[in-house]
Amino acid sequence: MAAKTPLLKAEEVGIQFGGLKALSGVTMELYQGELVGLIGPNGAGKTTLFNLLTGVYVPTEGRIVLDGETLNGLPPYKITRKGISRTFQNIRLFGELSVLDNVKVAYHAHARHSMASSILRLPSHFRGEQEMEEKAIEFLKIFQLDEVMHEKAKNLPYGQQRRLEIARALAAQPKVLLLDEPAAGMNPQETKELMNLIAFIRERFALTILLIEHDMSLVMGICERIYVLDHGQLIAEGTPEQVRSNPKVIEAYLGEEVS
Amino acid sequence: MATWKRTRGFWVSVILAFAFFAVVQWLIASGTLNVFYVNTLFFMAINVMLAVSLHLIIGITGQFSIGHAGFFAVGAYASAVMTMKLQMPFAVGVLTAGVAAMLAGLIIGVPSLRLKGDYLAIATLGFGEIVRIALLNIDYVGGASGMTVTHMTTWPWVFACLFVTILVISNFTNSTHGRACISIREDEIAADAMGINTTYYKVAAFAIGSFFAGIAGALYAHHFYIIQPSNFGFLKSFDILIFVVLGGLGSLSGAAVAAILLTIVSTFLQNYPETRMIIYSIVLILVMLYRPTGLMGTKELSSLFKWRKAAEGGMNHGSKNTVA
Repeated sequence: MAAKTPLLKAEEVGIQFGGLKALSGVTMELYQGELVGLIGPNGAGKTTLFNLLTGVYVPTEGRIVLDGETLNGLPPYKITRKGISRTFQNIRLFGELSVLDNVKVAYHAHARHSMASSILRLPSHFRGEQEMEEKAIEFLKIFQLDEVMHEKAKNLPYGQQRRLEIARALAAQPKVLLLDEPAAGMNPQETKELMNLIAFIRERFALTILLIEHDMSLVMGICERIYVLDHGQLIAEGTPEQVRSNPKVIEAYLGEEVS
Repeated sequence: MATWKRTRGFWVSVILAFAFFAVVQWLIASGTLNVFYVNTLFFMAINVMLAVSLHLIIGITGQFSIGHAGFFAVGAYASAVMTMKLQMPFAVGVLTAGVAAMLAGLIIGVPSLRLKGDYLAIATLGFGEIVRIALLNIDYVGGASGMTVTHMTTWPWVFACLFVTILVISNFTNSTHGRACISIREDEIAADAMGINTTYYKVAAFAIGSFFAGIAGALYAHHFYIIQPSNFGFLKSFDILIFVVLGGLGSLSGAAVAAILLTIVSTFLQNYPETRMIIYSIVLILVMLYRPTGLMGTKELSSLFKWRKAAEGGMNHGSKNTVA
């Protein structure tokens, strides 16, 4: 099933903020088409690892490799163009822009008309904009957001904002999608819909997904493999069953047994 | 035709703008408009250019720059040197003004656009002051007593420059490139994560904005006979900032309307020199109390007419006919 070489690989990555080691020696491999979970107690370094993978921070140790290409030191926008896209723990939509424009922004990196052609309103501008608009509307239909496409993003209900953020991340046409707590603040019904949505987009776009989540039912339910972080270090990895019964994981979540 | 439907609003605005141009040209030629009104009109147009160019930097890209008078000064002096010292034609002066201001924008923008919010504001404020002090101490351009400049600014020039300014900035804003800038204003981290080269677009907006401030400087220099460094102090920067904020951050027509209104208010108040600044300030306070998001919010004049469903934050071309 899985290809021999990993699509995305973190080799012994770590980062130090001043004297504080937020992450160290984390090795992680994602194969084409996998859905992998990343869990750990608060402050374990999950979001920091996301920030390293997307270039927000530059790792002070180790390497990040996508499709055989080292990403260390590339700015975030270049990493996105290479094929890693993400959502954020606290939703970061472009609030004043319409739902449609939010998606169009993600297409920008693939736009072919230049700034000069837009200023002079050359035919290539109209063609490019038209193409973007059609693609974006088509995309919003997949996510059932086409009915609200002229609304400002900030006026959407919470669940739709989450969905729009995922849609926007996908519009950037990534190979690997990183989801940072997509179910945060959702009720069980919404979480269930989200699980279906994730399964659906994975199928439809042949994606590789890495997911941070606190909702255990979600993680255990849909992830094939799980990595567990604690205090900036990887303490376990494996299938949901293996992780669930791993004493180190139980210790990290529930504390040490008194003996 | 679909294209016609899409661009109808644009062509109507263009026709209105040229009709307005023709009427004013006729009024000036026939002597109906006296020098006082012509002066006010020119000053208005220059202020609109400044407001619209700063609107691109602050309202669209969200970079809080308060050194706009610096670019205005660079343009004014660059054009004056061209026409007065080097005896070049006015057209060369105007173009040089824009290019010089744009270069200044790049030089200050590339290092300082790493800064955010208040820090960028202070850096750009510093730039404005550096320009003023530098001009004060360069004898070649007259130092504190300034330069005398021949009157060359005519209504066709003013109109053409204003028209191009608004056209370029609104075309830029209404494209994927403008959306990239707005996404930076809304959330820089997310914009970056969506593959937008944020530094590139911040610098581009800064360069375009300062280019047109420079053009405005050229028109100003060749209209008021004399330019002095004291005309370009930080108070001038704040004046421009007030147009943008009062008009509504993110609204091109708002910035233009505010520039027009405030020019009228301050011209009118020249009859009451003692209380002028007090009344002007009260007007500002009242507007902000009753319209906290500015006169237009993020809306555009054109969205008042239902030509098409205007996307928020984007804009149509409807503001050219407001240059009255």
